[in-house]
Amino acid sequence: MNYDFQFGPVFDAWPLLLHGTWMTIQLSFLAMLIGLLVAVLCAWGKTAGPAPLRWLINVYIEIIRNTPFLVQLFFFFFALPAIGIRWSPYMAALVAMVVNLGAYATEIVRAGIESIPKGQIEAGLALNLSRIEIFRFVVLKPALRAIYPALTSQFILLMLASSVVSVISADDLTSVAANLQSETFRSFEIYIVVTGIYLALTLAFSYVFRVVFQHTLNYPDRR
Amino acid sequence: MRTFGYTDFWFILEAAQWTVLLSIIAFIGGGIVGLLVALGRTAENRTALALSTGFIQIFRGTPLLLQLFLVFFGAPVLGLEINPWIAAALALTLNSGSFLGEIWRGCIQAIPRGQWEAADALGLSYRDKMRDVVLPQALKIAVPPTVGYLVQIVKGTSLAAIIGFTELTRAGQIINNATFQPMIVFSVVAVIYFFLCWPLSLLAAHMERRLSISRTR
Repeated sequence: MNYDFQFGPVFDAWPLLLHGTWMTIQLSFLAMLIGLLVAVLCAWGKTAGPAPLRWLINVYIEIIRNTPFLVQLFFFFFALPAIGIRWSPYMAALVAMVVNLGAYATEIVRAGIESIPKGQIEAGLALNLSRIEIFRFVVLKPALRAIYPALTSQFILLMLASSVVSVISADDLTSVAANLQSETFRSFEIYIVVTGIYLALTLAFSYVFRVVFQHTLNYPDRR
Repeated sequence: MRTFGYTDFWFILEAAQWTVLLSIIAFIGGGIVGLLVALGRTAENRTALALSTGFIQIFRGTPLLLQLFLVFFGAPVLGLEINPWIAAALALTLNSGSFLGEIWRGCIQAIPRGQWEAADALGLSYRDKMRDVVLPQALKIAVPPTVGYLVQIVKGTSLAAIIGFTELTRAGQIINNATFQPMIVFSVVAVIYFFLCWPLSLLAAHMERRLSISRTR
């Protein structure tokens, strides 16, 4: 191997890489929050809604889970503008990520809701809590606790999948890398560094998720 | 510019065979890598454990797209001629190897301790213990999640389009550039993916239900 590694041009571009990293974090975080909201609503609809709504939610989940994220992204970025819905690459990327995560997380949240024993809900009713209060305190919180590991690994998968939005130049870490590559031609060095940044992000995300768990959901459990 | 017609549809459908072929290669390659990784993760040998853990950490902690780029742009650095086809097959093999390895590790560890101890008590070597006692039982619980993971492999092959390998997604992009009817083109592409993946999803769910019934009995 007589390849001359040159990391100089890559490290010189550190402000760009930092910006890309921040955009990836921001995009993943927003998609995570909105996607979780979508998932909770869909999971509620799927467990308590009328039959047509349940059917509709199932169709949504099956379509998203059985097609690649890249094709979904193309759909939002190329197909929807063709019928008049125009948005920036960033918005298209965010919407695609929310829709994608929503489908996966719905199934996870639903499994959590179904893991709550009926007696617990009846206890809530006996305490004269309203339907919303029961859902929020008696069902959702213990359910989130039960599914926390599955949910957070889905979030990390989403963060990794967000690299795909670089194909529509959504200004994330991978598109910064692609731009750098076309300016400096040090593709291998750039992608080594950027892959390292993603690995660091994965480790950082799982650390943050652990800390959040210990501070919000780590209450004593009598089972 | 022309309108989307029968020949375009046929072009996309034909490209789907490359998606299927790439998926099969990634599954077979990933299966071999995954088995090694799963054995390493359950081994008592420190080096094997550290190597397989590191492998999984790296390949599950970084995006598949970046792994694809590293193989594609890294091979010429090592002085190897590489085309998108080989790069995609190699990256997908390593990636699915890490995920399958982690799935199968769980299945191997789900085999009750007593079975391992019984095999040890009978004086079986590591190879015999794995081949005749642990792996056959692990296989039974490994099938449903493995079929489920096949869906992820099929969907993962779409990323090969980005390095220019003409499979289903790339074919859709090419036809879209010619006809400029993204709504129809990407719907067709999505529908083909759906009918590749949906039967696998249904099968995996069905197998999972049957397995959980046989367990509770």
